[in-house]
Amino acid sequence: MVTRVTSVTSLGRNGLYDWLIQRVSAVVIGVYFIGMLAYLIAQPNLDYGTWKAFIGSVPMQIATTLLVLSVAAHTWVGLWGVTTDYLTSLTFGKSATGVRLVVQMVIALLLLVYVLWGLVTIWGGA
Amino acid sequence: MKVSIYRYNPDTDREPTMKEYDVDTQGKDLMVLDVLNLVKEMDPSLGFRRSCREGVCGSDGMNINGKNGLACITSLSSVAPGVKEGKKALVLRPLPGLPVVRDLVVDMTMFYNQYEKVQPYLQNSTPAPAIERLQSPEERAKLDGLYECILCACCSTSCPSFWWNPDKFLGPAALLQGYRFLADSRDNATEERLARLDDPFSLFRCHGIMNCVSVCPKGLNPTRAIGHIRSMLLERGI
Repeated sequence: MVTRVTSVTSLGRNGLYDWLIQRVSAVVIGVYFIGMLAYLIAQPNLDYGTWKAFIGSVPMQIATTLLVLSVAAHTWVGLWGVTTDYLTSLTFGKSATGVRLVVQMVIALLLLVYVLWGLVTIWGGA
Repeated sequence: MKVSIYRYNPDTDREPTMKEYDVDTQGKDLMVLDVLNLVKEMDPSLGFRRSCREGVCGSDGMNINGKNGLACITSLSSVAPGVKEGKKALVLRPLPGLPVVRDLVVDMTMFYNQYEKVQPYLQNSTPAPAIERLQSPEERAKLDGLYECILCACCSTSCPSFWWNPDKFLGPAALLQGYRFLADSRDNATEERLARLDDPFSLFRCHGIMNCVSVCPKGLNPTRAIGHIRSMLLERGI
């Protein structure tokens, strides 16, 4: 009898979905940082006003929002893999499920805080 | 030459130990299995598996100076520089990650359970033809590099993803065999086979580090087969 492997805590509860999210978010993060690097190289005498106008423009607000969401999704898929590799019954015996669940929930809540904090910073208009 | 061998008898030993032997190879470039046979003459209590002694049966997979391989087709000179000359010890351990039955003999149950999960046999729901299901030479060629696997477990036991989740991640050997039947033109259970592989563990625990490729004694490439399955899953899922 072969039982199907399932998991309720992975991002999409599906390996293909998680794999795709990991790749797409990596591309978003990569493009953002290359773009940011190009801008910083092109602006050797950057001052506060120019920077604020650039980072506060709507296209950059959208791009930075995508970045924050991508970092959160990428981190979750990656750390979910780490927790399910190392926080198992091989290392923690019977308490493994509890340990893994607590660590995963702490990571999830932290990421949620980072996303909300990021959105407030990007769109708060301060 | 110095030979250091992992010894463990669960009935009498509290924990495994490495036992040193001094073996006279007369300077010959013996296979590791030949050296083991010489040790066995000195110490009949040593346990290891072997059968065909020519790399066909897959019985004598073990960890040789840190790298998995078949003892019968691994020559001393290919283990590491200085081993053949006796300047460096030959270090033999059981395949990593599987329970040790005794000395170099491991319990392969977890490995076979994963092999069973991919249903490694032809499945075809259409009526069988009078003589046989024919394949074109091109269709047959797709099975090259897949059917040659001898299930020695060198690949799966060199894979960290298999070490940490041997009950959930199929491992390179089973996935290679999974693709062998996905790629077979005579098999039409493709959808059912793929549907069993799209969870976060069975296939997607492969992170492509290619330990399996570097140790396979038959020169096969499980990472490429896993990539092909992933492409099939992508086409099916998008």
